[in-house]
Amino acid sequence: MHTHLWLIPFLPFLGFLAMGLLGRRLGRTGVAVIGVGTVVASFALSLIAFAAMKAAPGQRLELVALDWMAVDRLRVPFGLVFDPLSTAMALAVTGIGALIHLYSVGYMNEDEGYPRFFAYLNLFVFFMLILVLGSSLPLIFVGWEGVGLCSYLLIGYYFRTDFAPAAGLKAFLTNRIGDLGMVVGMMVLFAHFGTLTVGELLVKAGGLSPETTFGVLTFATLMLFVGATGKSAQLPLYVWLPDAMAGPTPVSALIHAATMVTAGIFLVCRLAPLFELTPITLTVIAWVGAATALFAATIGLAQRDIKKVLAYSTVSQLGYMVLGLGAGGFAAGFFHVFTHAWFKALLFLGAGSVIHALHHEQDLFKMGGLRAKLPFTFWTMLIGTLAIMGLPPFAGFFSKDEILYLAFLKSPVLWGMGVLGACLTSFYMWRLMALAFWGEPRDAHAFAHAHESPRTMTVPLVVLAAGSAVVGFWGVPEAFGGHFQVGRFLAPSLTYGQTAAEAVHHHGPAVLLALISTGLAIACGWWGFASYRGGLALAEARAARWPGLHRWVAGKYFVDEGIEKVVLGPVRWLGNLLWKLFDVILIDGIGVNLPGALTRVSGDLLALHQTGRVRNYALLMTLGALGLFWVFLR
Amino acid sequence: MSPDMMVPWFKNLPLWVTFVPLLGVLALLLVPKEKRRVFELGALGITLFDFFLSVPLWFQYDRGSAAVQWVTDLSWIPALGVRFSVGMDGISLVLFLLTTFIGVIAVWCSFTAIEERHKEYYIWLLVMQTTMLGVFICQDMFLFYLFWEIMLVPMYFLIAIWGGPQKLYAAIKLFLYTLSGSVLMLVAILAIYFLQKKVGMEPSFAISRFHEMAPYIAQQAPTYGILLALAFFVGFAIKVPMFPFHTWLPDAHVQAPTAGSVILAGILLKMGTYGFVRFLLPILPDATKALLPWFIALSLIGVVYGALVAMIQKDIKKLVAYSSVSHLGLCMLGIFALNPTGITGGIFQMINHGISTSGLFLIVGIVYERRHVRQIADFGGLSKRMPVYATVFMIMTMSSIGLPGLNGFIGEFAILQGAFQAFPWAAVVATSGIILGAAYMLWMYQRVMFGPLNEVNAKMPDLNARELAYFAPLVVAAFWIGLYPKPFMDILHKPVEKLVQQIDPKFFEAQRLDEAQKAAARTGQAGMAAPGAAAHGGH
Repeated sequence: MHTHLWLIPFLPFLGFLAMGLLGRRLGRTGVAVIGVGTVVASFALSLIAFAAMKAAPGQRLELVALDWMAVDRLRVPFGLVFDPLSTAMALAVTGIGALIHLYSVGYMNEDEGYPRFFAYLNLFVFFMLILVLGSSLPLIFVGWEGVGLCSYLLIGYYFRTDFAPAAGLKAFLTNRIGDLGMVVGMMVLFAHFGTLTVGELLVKAGGLSPETTFGVLTFATLMLFVGATGKSAQLPLYVWLPDAMAGPTPVSALIHAATMVTAGIFLVCRLAPLFELTPITLTVIAWVGAATALFAATIGLAQRDIKKVLAYSTVSQLGYMVLGLGAGGFAAGFFHVFTHAWFKALLFLGAGSVIHALHHEQDLFKMGGLRAKLPFTFWTMLIGTLAIMGLPPFAGFFSKDEILYLAFLKSPVLWGMGVLGACLTSFYMWRLMALAFWGEPRDAHAFAHAHESPRTMTVPLVVLAAGSAVVGFWGVPEAFGGHFQVGRFLAPSLTYGQTAAEAVHHHGPAVLLALISTGLAIACGWWGFASYRGGLALAEARAARWPGLHRWVAGKYFVDEGIEKVVLGPVRWLGNLLWKLFDVILIDGIGVNLPGALTRVSGDLLALHQTGRVRNYALLMTLGALGLFWVFLR
Repeated sequence: MSPDMMVPWFKNLPLWVTFVPLLGVLALLLVPKEKRRVFELGALGITLFDFFLSVPLWFQYDRGSAAVQWVTDLSWIPALGVRFSVGMDGISLVLFLLTTFIGVIAVWCSFTAIEERHKEYYIWLLVMQTTMLGVFICQDMFLFYLFWEIMLVPMYFLIAIWGGPQKLYAAIKLFLYTLSGSVLMLVAILAIYFLQKKVGMEPSFAISRFHEMAPYIAQQAPTYGILLALAFFVGFAIKVPMFPFHTWLPDAHVQAPTAGSVILAGILLKMGTYGFVRFLLPILPDATKALLPWFIALSLIGVVYGALVAMIQKDIKKLVAYSSVSHLGLCMLGIFALNPTGITGGIFQMINHGISTSGLFLIVGIVYERRHVRQIADFGGLSKRMPVYATVFMIMTMSSIGLPGLNGFIGEFAILQGAFQAFPWAAVVATSGIILGAAYMLWMYQRVMFGPLNEVNAKMPDLNARELAYFAPLVVAAFWIGLYPKPFMDILHKPVEKLVQQIDPKFFEAQRLDEAQKAAARTGQAGMAAPGAAAHGGH
């Protein structure tokens, strides 16, 4: 019946199996065809599913294959759910995924681990689709951890270096801290509702008035949000994402910008009706999101590595999405996930194209003047920059504006933080553009050898650029004469199981706010561009004027060093202490070896008088007899 | 032929499976000791045959019944009430099958690792196999104690003869440690035996009789039950091993040959957890409940302590050994949750630990055999030279840290869900094991497999066909349990249900009541939602 729907996640998986098992025997072309082909096919199927969903809004299809776990009350079916939210997300994952696969064909061309790379990439798409389509929290968790594994493997792809595996480990462990939250959240929900299937959970929770389970639900949703902060790199668990750039650039684009990192936002959307019941959690989410958006943007101002700038930009943009969720705009948050996927993937792939052209040079300070040499890359990245800074009518404008507007309704302070972050975003993006594409080339050798990337790389850039320009029209807010269609489309998913869904009416100076934020962003963008267009002189002068501030920002506030000192060091110290104190000294030393040694020593002592010489025994006997005489006859 | 003629063979299948290795030993005894290949292939053949002989049990087992199946009950020492009584329920069955499964691998991994005294070695391995299988089938306390104690002898020799530089210290430590626990357990067994006389029964060592004694023990002074429970507890806790009775384990593992470690981790440790499930919980439910806070605390300490100590180990084998302490702490937490989810999770954790930790010891064995060193610092960058090894290592690592889709997750997840229902905070603390487990395993993996390749290791060969052949079943099992654990859950369902009822006869009734109440609250709320909202609007 719905076999083709099962194929959506499993085609990439089959691709993974083929490439993982056959590997080099497939040849480069074979690997490329299987790698790209399976994801493209899966995209086509998603497109069909999406079209069907659009034609009949409000549909919800739950496919169940068999019971995965069944112990006592704990019953977890192996099932997929197709509803507006999951289909839209699946479409984004397979669509962007297919483009990035295509791009990788060119980008990884000279790499010897070609089959390994594509196998991991396909496995990633599979797990991401399981995450998106899974019908129960444990199954979503399978995808959740699976993408984490792929991320770990791909960050550490250049495993012969020291830093790449270390970055992978950091990513995995930081995510595990988030996973702890997710596991605890699941435990609480299961203990309370007796089910972990998303549909049943929402229905059961929908029947409740907020007061009845307020404490339980607040705790559970907060814990789930901890999981989201791990995967979606929010404060304080963002530390892994910038380091994750140690992986190949297509990986940064696909996993660490467009798809995996949005899993946290997806999770909150998936359980939106639950979060809706817990205002405290939503407030926490909003503040965490706003703080992350602002904090990460400041770090982005002073990075030299082109990918690091984009990485902190991603953290910051994820902050906006989370802020949107916290402001109650689940659809707005998701919409930003959707638009961001396009323009951030574009920016990363553009950066990859630059890096590829300069033979793996990532330092912005060594670039410059590449405009004429890399025309495709330049123009597409320009569109990406316009989109991320929120210039109408590019994609970022509509989604970011909707989020900022909702933030304003929640608290003007949140709005202020968001707008400030948007200004910084605009500044560092134009700084990046100016440093890379304008001015004089600062590394003559690299510049001389620079060349535009092959077609497999530029085609995805163009497609993504086109997307970045237009996808925003899917959600033109009502204030601008649109219908925020994305919100209407998602509404059945976001309110599933709720008995009384109220229509929310916004009131506020929407257009005015948008004018202010856009105007400020343009001004800051110009400032950033003007400061760096002419080279590094102005930047160096500024750094010299505020050395302390510059050191802190460029040093990423020394958070990593702090973690090493405050967390990792003490944990290792504690492990050593426990081991020496309990195992070595107390248990083995005093508890086990001491009695053993005492037994041996006492045996040895007693053995001393077993000399075998009769005269010694006679002497002892005599002494004993004398002793007895003295005792009794005294 | 009449059906009666067919029955005995099938009915006795577990018995056959148990004693086939011993019969094999008799045959091998006749072979001159120089014929190394005969012992290797012979032992492999015997364990393989034994494994395939045990597979039909999986299909024969009646999943709809909680009863002990394949019962064979013969008179043995009537004067003492001792019978030769064997049989299995689902809990025994899964561990029994794990044993025949791991047995093959333990033999197969020894071919090149063992370089002296082959005849004795393989004979001890086979004897070990029979004694371990015996523990899982016996239905008589006397017989159980017999197998339980004899099991130590082959293990002692495996470590003391074929072990590392400090093999004697390790072997004697293992022996004395476990023996002291077993003796306490024997006291408890005898106490319950004599209690039967006191309450006017004909004394018997039948395990079912011991289970029936639960209410009589409950009638005695509370201290009586508590002392018995403590005696059982120490006996089993040493074997598990639970903190603070674990220090024999790192030494035994580090000194043991690879196969010894595999058997230790795969099966021997499960004897302890099995003992808890089979004896302590059903015989002494009240005393267990009274001591539960202490038991839970020790389990939790095991989880966190084992992980923290594993993190700073420099020897790979020692690291894996301490990871066992952590994993089995979690296993015990599940069992002490005393509800079906937790106990099932605990039993899964036994199987999973048997698969993934055995796998990890084999992994260590591979590099040890090639370089005769085991310090993490001695390696680095092996991924490049040994891609297949790297893949298997990664799968086993992921299985050990509980990545969903692999076996480890199923056990962990069920344990945590079960434990949370019983002791929410204990479960929350135990989740820290999720982070720490990933930390020490992946950090170790990174230092061994990634980074620049050391000159000394540049010529390490990848897995050969034999090595791949014994890893393959472990990998398949890890994926099977991770992806489709339900068949195991079906086998465990009834026996676990029965066990929970033995511990708390009202458990299921209470659970049903609770659910009904919640459902009623929900429908009530749904009906009240509108007026409720209105009332609150007034505030």
